[in-house]
Amino acid sequence: MTNENAPLLEMRGIKKDFFGNQVLTDINFTLKQGEVLGLCGENGAGKSTLMKILFGMDVIRETGGYDGDILIDGEVVNFRTPFDALEAGIGMVHQEFSLIPGFTAKENILLNREPKRKNVISEVFGDRLNTLDYNVMTGRATSAIEKMGFHIDADMVINDMPVGHKQFTEIARELSKENLKLLILDEPTAVLTEKEAEALLKSIRIMSEKGISVIFITHRLHEILDVCDTVVVMRDGRIAQSSPASETSVEEITRYMVGRQVELGNKRDIRDHSDAETIMSIKRLWVDMSGETVRDVNLDIKKGEILGIGGLAGQGKLGIPNGIMGLCEAGGTVTFEGKEIPLNNPRHCLDASLAFVSEDRRGVGLLLDETLEWNVVFPAMQIQEKFLKKLLGGLIKWRNEREIGAVTQKYIEELKIKCTGSKQKAKELSGGNQQKVCLAKAFALEPKFLFVSEPTRGIDIGAKSLVLDALKKFNRENNVTIVMISSELEELRQICDRIAIVSGGKISGILPADKPSEEFGMLMVSQVK
Amino acid sequence: MKNTITKTNQNLTFAQKALKFLQNNSVPLMFVLICIVCIPISGFSASYLLNEVVTRMGRNIFLILCLLIPIIAGMGLNFGMTLGAMAGEIALILVADWQVWGIPGVVLAMILSIPFSLLLGAFCGKILNMSKGREMITSYIISYFINGIYQLVVLYMMGKVIPIKHTSLKLPRGYGIRNTTSLLNMRQCLDNLIDVQIGGVKIPVLTFIIIALLCAFIVWFRKTKLGQDMRAVGQDMQVARDAGINVEKTRIISIVMSTVLAGFGMVIYLQNMGNISTYSSHSQIGMFCIAALLVGGASVDRASIGNVFLGVILFHTMFIVAPSAGAHITGDSMIGEYFRVFVSYGVITLALVMYETKKRKMKSSVGEQLQREQEEGDGKNEN
Repeated sequence: MTNENAPLLEMRGIKKDFFGNQVLTDINFTLKQGEVLGLCGENGAGKSTLMKILFGMDVIRETGGYDGDILIDGEVVNFRTPFDALEAGIGMVHQEFSLIPGFTAKENILLNREPKRKNVISEVFGDRLNTLDYNVMTGRATSAIEKMGFHIDADMVINDMPVGHKQFTEIARELSKENLKLLILDEPTAVLTEKEAEALLKSIRIMSEKGISVIFITHRLHEILDVCDTVVVMRDGRIAQSSPASETSVEEITRYMVGRQVELGNKRDIRDHSDAETIMSIKRLWVDMSGETVRDVNLDIKKGEILGIGGLAGQGKLGIPNGIMGLCEAGGTVTFEGKEIPLNNPRHCLDASLAFVSEDRRGVGLLLDETLEWNVVFPAMQIQEKFLKKLLGGLIKWRNEREIGAVTQKYIEELKIKCTGSKQKAKELSGGNQQKVCLAKAFALEPKFLFVSEPTRGIDIGAKSLVLDALKKFNRENNVTIVMISSELEELRQICDRIAIVSGGKISGILPADKPSEEFGMLMVSQVK
Repeated sequence: MKNTITKTNQNLTFAQKALKFLQNNSVPLMFVLICIVCIPISGFSASYLLNEVVTRMGRNIFLILCLLIPIIAGMGLNFGMTLGAMAGEIALILVADWQVWGIPGVVLAMILSIPFSLLLGAFCGKILNMSKGREMITSYIISYFINGIYQLVVLYMMGKVIPIKHTSLKLPRGYGIRNTTSLLNMRQCLDNLIDVQIGGVKIPVLTFIIIALLCAFIVWFRKTKLGQDMRAVGQDMQVARDAGINVEKTRIISIVMSTVLAGFGMVIYLQNMGNISTYSSHSQIGMFCIAALLVGGASVDRASIGNVFLGVILFHTMFIVAPSAGAHITGDSMIGEYFRVFVSYGVITLALVMYETKKRKMKSSVGEQLQREQEEGDGKNEN
């Protein structure tokens, strides 16, 4: 029996850790029928994990489940797969499109739920040979589109659609499910134009009037205030603030989003490099990196500084180093020490004494099946012919194993890499130690300029501060210019001299690192597209 | 962003459209050109040429149509159709030994091929599920592996383990099948059952009716739930899986269907030929069928019934005229024979390369779009 007075959804004391790394702590909230709840928070605040728990995603079960209770209509539920959640009337529109590109909107809306007609052959060979009933399909798709209140062409192929219409197709798909009670929208407006976003907000209101509850995740804070009944702000896996939308403001939400106490008690050491010469000048850079598109970036980097590049996920901050270093297709001009660097060619960058520690450490950063020694010296050996003995006047090049062992040992000690020895395979190390190997690899190149992308992603606090300290030391002692890209603002504020914030693929502003975090927060959401 | 791309497509001038048409249809156009050049040189009469082409259409189209289903399911060109061909051959050898001739023989062989095809198809499908994204090379190698087993069965087990009565089928040593298995008593029985002569061209009506039925089946099949699932799986496996479609099973079914149809196709093909080259009939059939399909303008991820018909006509016209044309030009008829094989492999290579470059082009077009947007932005700012 469902309790009439019980809220549609209640979360009680939800906790979740990934291998001892606490990502959600004691999450409690309720959601009434027809209520619109806005959920916001920085990247890594735990929004996605919370939604994954609610939606019964495999990754949650594979990593040991969660603590606490989810109640729907007053009854405890435990979804083992997303299909259980769908059954219970929960629909979700993910950040990435989940559409078949060559199908029409209507085929996508009713994917795997197509109305069918029996025929002679299907009587013999089974239900899968039932033919599709296109007339009924059109009817159902149209009624779902009407329910949404934004018109899209049901017969248009997804590939030919503007991005916004794809998003609406996804929403219509969820609405076409008869039993839908709760719709989760994960940053639905990120890809919409202003007009489309307005239409979406309108359709959220229509849904809510029809009794469908909505959880609306977005970085565009004014939208939350526009459409939501309640705002929940998450920070570091906790609920930082929960209040009716009418009683809060963009400034307040921003403060709760980013305003955390600095836990790592390092003394800040910010230097002003505005008089120093410009070591790298980026002009009109565009980069095609999927999900991290960069548009028309202009940036001057001073010699000897640590420049941070921050911003929300998907706004293009990762595209900048990947474009300059030639890993993604890019255009524009990049001048380094007065000479222009040809783009789309990693070798030229490396030859110019640039180095890059990639955010994709398992894919790009490491030779997983090789020893630490190889991982540390490989680029230096390949590019600068270090650690090689030359025989017969350079005709034969021999690896200098002793030198290789010594230098690896040096970095193992310096960066406190936990391993059984310099001959251990890279894949056997933990994430944090792998990250240190990536740094060692870049340090061994002795570059003049270093890009470090998400150096602390997925590693624990201890390793984090070690990595950050190592970077700072490398910068201050060797006068190496470092550009560090990170989603964690506090971390940037801790070690950088200046921080540039990327929003909507462009630099929305550059501030000294000691400015209050609210100012950075405002820059982050300023041009979110 | 995609929207603006399609919009610009609509604004293309006639010349640009023509260029695009040329780019998209370069392979069929090339073959049309070859045929136009070779036909007069070869010196064949129109009726001879037409007769030959019609015969080969009846012989081959069924086999080529079986390639369409795995393409729908996104598994590329099914080199594993050779497996179905082997199943068809084993069935035909057994039927020949049982002395069931004529139409009953053909029908029995088709029915008998089904269990072999099911088994081989399911095996192939299972393996292809383990090597997603590399289906073509995997199915190609599987066909070699199964060819080894086929030889074991036909060369050693038939006559020893599997009873073969008639010595005319067996090698002199008492077991194993001869290099050539004669099907003289069922030769062209399907083609001749209802045959019509139009202007001296013999038309195997029944064979064409069977082909028409298969075409109708394929058209109908696309509209079934299974067909829709295959299309979904073919375009995006992850999305299909998230929607609750059993991706693995759907892919296996598509390969099994293709293999079973290839078994039928092989029976039709061999009844037309009138004999089986026991150890080589199947070995290049996959290659030639795929080449013909590609000549018809199909690509790895897109093929239609129209591609099949056009491909068979062009490919076989070239096959017929090239040796003769080659002989006329160089005085050596071997050159044409060489040309056949060369062209088949060449076409497949070309199609695969074009498929890859197309994918890459799609990718770089996003970059161009970004640059254009940036420049457009400049224009606005200056105003």
